[in-house]
Amino acid sequence: MEILFYIFSALTLLCGALVVFNPFSRNPVTSAMFLVLTIICMSGLFVLLKAFFLAAVQILVYAGAVIVLFLFVIMLMNIKEEERQRFRKFGTFLGAAAVAGLAWILVTTVMNSRTGERSVANNTGETKELGELLFTNYVLPFEIVSLLLLVAMVGCILLSRPEQAPEPIETEEETE
Amino acid sequence: MTGVGLEHYLVVSAALFCLGLLGVVIRRNLIVMYMSLELMLNAATLALVAFSHFQPPTPHGSPLDGQIMVFFIITVAAAEVAVGLALIVALYRKRQTTDVADLTSMKL
Repeated sequence: MEILFYIFSALTLLCGALVVFNPFSRNPVTSAMFLVLTIICMSGLFVLLKAFFLAAVQILVYAGAVIVLFLFVIMLMNIKEEERQRFRKFGTFLGAAAVAGLAWILVTTVMNSRTGERSVANNTGETKELGELLFTNYVLPFEIVSLLLLVAMVGCILLSRPEQAPEPIETEEETE
Repeated sequence: MTGVGLEHYLVVSAALFCLGLLGVVIRRNLIVMYMSLELMLNAATLALVAFSHFQPPTPHGSPLDGQIMVFFIITVAAAEVAVGLALIVALYRKRQTTDVADLTSMKL
């Protein structure tokens, strides 16, 4: 079990770094593919944490829907090989230094915090319990999230509408 | 034989978050920046699942609260990606670019 944790976390971090730095090509499609690998390794970590339902949802929603959306957009825009731009050395160095500082703070905080007696709790993510909780204690957030999805759908349609669409509405108002 | 505890997962989560932040800071392509944002959301997700797994039993609240929160995070992230990519497509139609260095029309 422990060797699996180390394998999955190393793969997650490696693929995450490849998403960001992407030394193989300048095309965002390869970044999206490495993001798929990151998501799959993370769902492996979820299985190790006994969150089986969330592991399945992670693969379904992220690898199945979100990444496909990314790929659709990339191919819709027909981006050519993005030419390697001038390397802003100062900005990159400053950003990397700031992020390294944040990483140091986070890791030292985790290391210094007393997380108790290594509680080897075996809380499992049974789908049945999760569903019961979702429809009893969390039924209001559940409904609000469904409303949020509706709003997002309307917003997407509104944003991706062709631009000459509003004109006939204005003429109708004028005739009235 | 030391077991893998909460700290291990939290360190992985912190490292993943920092990778995502680094991507947002140093990459200039809008789509890759958006993917890095997804990485940061996933790091928070991993931390919450780890908290949920290692939570000691408490009188109030269920140990599955963290996983419920992750469920909502995934839903909101999906909505966010849809709207954000629609915005990027609309921007690309106007400007024919996805490089943030070219999007300086709001600069004073």
